[in-house]
Amino acid sequence: MKVNINGEMRELDGQSVLQLLESLSIDPRKVAVERNLEILPKGEYDSTQLADGDSIEIVHFVGGG
Amino acid sequence: MAKADKLIIAGREFNSRLMVGTGKYASNEETALALEASGAEIITVAVRRVNLDRSKEALLDYIDPKKYTLLPNTAGCYTADDAVRTCRLAREAGMSDFVKLEVLGNEKTLFPDNEELLKAAKILVAEGFTVLPYTSDDPIVCKKLEDLGCAAVMPLGAPIGSGLGIRNPYNIRIILDTVKVPVIVDAGVGTASDAAIAMELGCDGVLMNTAIAGAQNPVAMAEAMNLAVRAGRLAYLAGRIPRKLYATASSPLDGLVS
Repeated sequence: MKVNINGEMRELDGQSVLQLLESLSIDPRKVAVERNLEILPKGEYDSTQLADGDSIEIVHFVGGG
Repeated sequence: MAKADKLIIAGREFNSRLMVGTGKYASNEETALALEASGAEIITVAVRRVNLDRSKEALLDYIDPKKYTLLPNTAGCYTADDAVRTCRLAREAGMSDFVKLEVLGNEKTLFPDNEELLKAAKILVAEGFTVLPYTSDDPIVCKKLEDLGCAAVMPLGAPIGSGLGIRNPYNIRIILDTVKVPVIVDAGVGTASDAAIAMELGCDGVLMNTAIAGAQNPVAMAEAMNLAVRAGRLAYLAGRIPRKLYATASSPLDGLVS
């Protein structure tokens, strides 16, 4: 299936959001995830399965004023 | 300085009245050293996409989030909708309600779009955010932001990154007379005396980034700003003498040898 992650189209097998973060070596505690423009609460990363056509944004804090 | 002189924002107490940004430093190490020297307890951060190849080191690997109150900003947002979306992401990422709300009008001036700002502030306050809005040095807008429930107002001293200093101290004074929430000058400071001027006017705090990060020696400038904010605050509390056109002798006139 195809999933858009941070603007990049990626071909993925069925997996949860938590599995996706782990595969990208991203610490789930340090990010926020938006799925199809809706914030995904941290407690739901494990139970949320990605679906074909999903649009995922993974953000974190960077230096800024 | 009086021990009780704390900055209180939305019921939270802070000892430092200097808030600093974390952008534009040469390295994450330099950011950490400058933050330490500044004595700041509140630091701003931006919310951006994670680099998927993880090639860049993360800021929070260098800064202890337990030591600082992170104030995520909505820099780069030009509509209320974008700013609200960014704040929701920030809350989820940082598990805190504090946000520095900025909604910009255009890229050249980075002046706030106050119409969009007010719209965003209203939504965010209703959603339980502690909103610290970057705004124009306009007392009317500041009053509206306070009435909407913002926890502070953060008027600019001059355009972001300009280093022009406090261009309209009279407006800042009127804002101080107009609102009861903390007034924090955000943007425009160029050097230590600018920060001291803001504090001598009676402002509750100063927020800056470029003045420190862009200095030739950012860590030294961070210390200078730390001292300037404290000096300015102390001078404000001490109460300055009135300005007079003519001299008043400091030495007694009696007992002169003749």
